[in-house]
Amino acid sequence: MTPSTLRNRLVGQMWWASSVGALLLVISVLVAIFGFVISRGLPALKPSVLFTVTSGTSGGLANAIVGTFLLVICGVVLVTLIGIGTALWMVEFAAPSHRRAVRFAIDVLAGVPSIVVGYFLYVALVESLGWGFSLLAGAFSLTIIMLPFVVRAADLALSGVPKALREGAIALGARPATVTFSVAIPWAIPGILTGLLVATGIGLGETAPLIYTAGWSSFMPTLAPTHSPVGYLTYVVWTFISMPFADSHALAYAAAALLMIMIFTLNLVSRTAVDYWVLRTRGG
Amino acid sequence: MDLDLGRLGGTARPRLPFLQRLGTQRVVRFLFATAAGISTLIIVLMLVFLAIYALPAIRFNGIGILTQSVWNIGDQYGSGHVVRSGITAMQGAQFGGLVFVFGTVVTAFVAMIFAVPLSLLVAVALVYRVPTRLRPLVNAIVELMAGVPSVVYGLWGIVVLVPFIGQRVGPWTTAHLGFLPFLGGPAGSGNGLLASSILLSLMAMPFMVATVRDVILAQEKSIFEASMALGSTSWQAVTKAVMPSVVNGIFAAVLVALGRALGETMAVLMVCGGAVGIFAQNIFQSVNTIAAVIVSQLESALTDPTGLAQRSLSELALLLFVITLFVNIIARVILHGADRSGEA
Repeated sequence: MTPSTLRNRLVGQMWWASSVGALLLVISVLVAIFGFVISRGLPALKPSVLFTVTSGTSGGLANAIVGTFLLVICGVVLVTLIGIGTALWMVEFAAPSHRRAVRFAIDVLAGVPSIVVGYFLYVALVESLGWGFSLLAGAFSLTIIMLPFVVRAADLALSGVPKALREGAIALGARPATVTFSVAIPWAIPGILTGLLVATGIGLGETAPLIYTAGWSSFMPTLAPTHSPVGYLTYVVWTFISMPFADSHALAYAAAALLMIMIFTLNLVSRTAVDYWVLRTRGG
Repeated sequence: MDLDLGRLGGTARPRLPFLQRLGTQRVVRFLFATAAGISTLIIVLMLVFLAIYALPAIRFNGIGILTQSVWNIGDQYGSGHVVRSGITAMQGAQFGGLVFVFGTVVTAFVAMIFAVPLSLLVAVALVYRVPTRLRPLVNAIVELMAGVPSVVYGLWGIVVLVPFIGQRVGPWTTAHLGFLPFLGGPAGSGNGLLASSILLSLMAMPFMVATVRDVILAQEKSIFEASMALGSTSWQAVTKAVMPSVVNGIFAAVLVALGRALGETMAVLMVCGGAVGIFAQNIFQSVNTIAAVIVSQLESALTDPTGLAQRSLSELALLLFVITLFVNIIARVILHGADRSGEA
């Protein structure tokens, strides 16, 4: 072995060591953040916190929990309709150039900072249409944030439907609508569902667009679509940690832990349940 | 798809009564096309609404939004008004966004200095050094961390990172390494450029690691093996053969991550220190970004009876939109040029 090969090998080994070191460093920082939130948040997550509303700088999280659920559910319903419709059109109907155009629009939308979405809807809905801070404005902001995730996942899933499956259906005399609804969509559902679950997680964790659309309320949300601000968990994390009271800090930690638990569960469900479903319906 | 299902179905179908001929196919097609149009419509509406709303501010501020560093909504309690370009503002009002543009660019740039090399190292380790058995676990951690809300990163930043920088890193660095550029001077409280950039890099890394991992895995394994067969060490095979073949994908991933870092709001808002009217002289001093200032100035802007403060925030939002749009389009062009075969 020549000295230069030996040197190359040593240098290579050092770089590999630093690369594995970087991996361990990043994982340990990420795990530390997770552990920090859970260890501070779980003790603060008392049952009373879940069932009382926020009052001033203390109280509970009931209003924020219900508000978060309302906002996310409305957003998910809207994004399911729009997102899956978009993907179906792209895959089943659109000419390639149109498909590229919509894909481009989706990429652009994915890159728009969430605060810009928030300010846009503040100008358009809260101010111009006079809705005020409201459930519907907040749900719309989440819809726009989630849309690219859902469209991309559904696009990928529908594009992955085996051509033989479609052609077989056509050969059996199925109409195009039947091919779409009875062949393509059932095949693509696990992929679409994963996208929806990921998007739900994103929606749960959003803050910036909601500040300008849903506002904040320490009362239990009414179901009024407009003129009634809605509270949500991320707002509590953001504002209550900056207050000088132990009570408000505890609420911030509890809200953060709750968010992490929900997002973690969604992640787990989308990984395991969807894989299981694919295995059962397609036989691996 | 080279099979046009719509046309095929149209010719194969027997003639049916009018309503049925109009039938589900067209209705469904129309509905789906509408859905697809919405995403484009949103982008157009976003530009139009922000621009129209910002118009008075654009006329009042002129180029000052990019060159001035004073942000002052004016004297609320005085009765005086100033009129410029036909727009009325409160006495002393001035909307200069230079500090925020500076903060936006610098925090994102420093974040990329941390995140890019680390992400590349991590992705390479993930592909070539993590045992197959552990890979799903590591991938799951990376994916989970991509879903952590930015307020949670912000929370950790406020409680753990900022005190650590303010009490340990800052004083030590300014004392011992203060002769280096951007490291000397007052160490500050911990809120500032360094804390913001560290959070941004942590938030950017899961995405970048996953993307770089995927482009490496999508490349032919044969590149690595061929390079090894030619007698290179495994590290040389990675850096001299594999990485150059995926450089476009990496570059696009970095730009997308940069675009996100430029627009990230909550985590930065919570640890940036909220600088108004001053520029950070070193990495420990407080900064402010466009995204953060749009949130932090909301309440004060609502008190401006002329409404010009809100309209100036809209101008900032428009500016941020244009900046991120630009970065994302470059990323897309790079990726598209590299991967034309993957389209359509």
